[in-house]
Amino acid sequence: MSIAITTQFICFTVLSLVVIIGALGVVLLESIVYSAFLLGGVFMSVAGLYLLLNASFVAAAQVLVYVGAVNVLIIFAIMLVNKKEDLKPINDIKSRRVISTSICLTLLSLLIRVDLTNVWSLSSPQNSIGEESTIRIGEHLFSDYLLPFEVASVLLLMAMIGAIVLARRDVMSKDISTGLPVDQELIEKSSEPLLTNKN
Amino acid sequence: MEYGLDLEYSFNEFLKGFGLSSEIAHIIWLPLPMLLVLVAAVVGVLVTVWLERKISAAAQQRIGPEYAGALGVLQPIADGLKLLVKEDIIPAKADGILFTAGPILVLVPVILSWLIVPFGQNLLISNVGIGIFLWIALSSIQPIGLLMSGYASNNKYSLLGGLRAAAQSISYEIPLALSVLAIVLMTNSLSTVDIVNQQSGAGILSWNIWRQPVGFIVFWICALAECERLPFDLPEAEEELVAGYQTEYAGMKFALFYLGSYINLILSALLVSILYLGGWGFPIPVELIAKFLNLPINAPSIQVFTASIGIVMTVLKAYLLVFIAILLRWTTPRVRIDQLLDLGWKFLLPISLANLLITAGLKLAFPQFFGG
Repeated sequence: MSIAITTQFICFTVLSLVVIIGALGVVLLESIVYSAFLLGGVFMSVAGLYLLLNASFVAAAQVLVYVGAVNVLIIFAIMLVNKKEDLKPINDIKSRRVISTSICLTLLSLLIRVDLTNVWSLSSPQNSIGEESTIRIGEHLFSDYLLPFEVASVLLLMAMIGAIVLARRDVMSKDISTGLPVDQELIEKSSEPLLTNKN
Repeated sequence: MEYGLDLEYSFNEFLKGFGLSSEIAHIIWLPLPMLLVLVAAVVGVLVTVWLERKISAAAQQRIGPEYAGALGVLQPIADGLKLLVKEDIIPAKADGILFTAGPILVLVPVILSWLIVPFGQNLLISNVGIGIFLWIALSSIQPIGLLMSGYASNNKYSLLGGLRAAAQSISYEIPLALSVLAIVLMTNSLSTVDIVNQQSGAGILSWNIWRQPVGFIVFWICALAECERLPFDLPEAEEELVAGYQTEYAGMKFALFYLGSYINLILSALLVSILYLGGWGFPIPVELIAKFLNLPINAPSIQVFTASIGIVMTVLKAYLLVFIAILLRWTTPRVRIDQLLDLGWKFLLPISLANLLITAGLKLAFPQFFGG
């Protein structure tokens, strides 16, 4: 085994272990903040796996989009809404667990089937394009994948407008949560009075 | 490789002369440029700290550090030693793991970004194909470190400071990336070496600053905001606010933030000089001078000479920009947080979008000037 292949193998093992252990941590840890930071770690290691596959552009995009945008937003949301709140006990917890387990198992079997049926080996090792892949991705995005690309952008726009409408309640005449008419003068007024007049 | 020094090749050939295999030679070679760049970055920080002290003193009609070495040049080393031997305090109710990981996550991406800074045709650690995009991706990791250290301090001022720093960093990343995109559009490549080579045609006249004046200004403003320099140093705001996410930090962990912000400043200055000021290019093309003096451009001695001129030019341009940043810090007032976000989202973002659109249009209309 040459040094390059050994290095690649060690990197692959470490990255896979980080992905698996990190993902388990995301699901199993009690603290939601730890889960969010671990999720960032998992995204980073997936980017590392892309790098091992010679897809440097995809790896950088993964870091930029998933770590730099998605994960930061998740952490932001957790830190802004850090409300200590006791969750209501769920009555039919057992049946829910059965349903979610069966859904997860179905998805797992689907993935296993894809793994078994797909032909993974490349027709020839010379087919890997390496640094050329940036150009190839751009060509595909603006030719045969143009419609999904544009639809995705419209989806993001819709999500953004929805978020703005939810966040800025003054654009509506009625408060969404309470149904009371909204005071249009103060944008930053909270929907409930801070000091209730008790006498 | 058309021309230029290739130290890696010569080094590997030299080691092979001792009977080592090419793989071993490569492994011995690998850490050398990394160490060199790391040392260069740290020395750059020391120089910048000294400059900051001296220039701020001059701006305020003081003398500044004077006793530590000639003209106080050893003062930054004294500062560093002080931070190094200070007690490393983790507040009692802080989250120890995250508290330690935060500063590391802020510093490491900045240092990794030095991977793509070229000081000459072959004088960089790695000419990766995604080049400048790697820097944009890496700099987007930093907000996580800021949020982490703000949260782990278990202090409401730190948490709010971390959120503000992350918000600032996120909102200025977008115009930054868009102005880089305009350059990439003109170059047809993401590689930093290609970006510099594309500007090397006619010396100072072919630098990107003449073709991208708006992009240059937007990039520089955003780079200052990303480095948390005045007028955008709201996360720290030493005279006005509690020191943001750094409040609870002391000793070496604080020094990591400090080091990170200065390395980031030098990195940003280097990248501005690479993207807009012709990188290692001399204002008059070196090839022209060599032709004028009837010197062979490929002779080894001339090669060494041009390579040293390249390094000197890159560092000179970068430090000119660092000087401007320091002067800005000591002469401009600080913006408020709402002004900061307004400037980012309502002014710089539309302007950089328009700049990108106009660049694309000009590229189609005048392909010989704006890259075909």
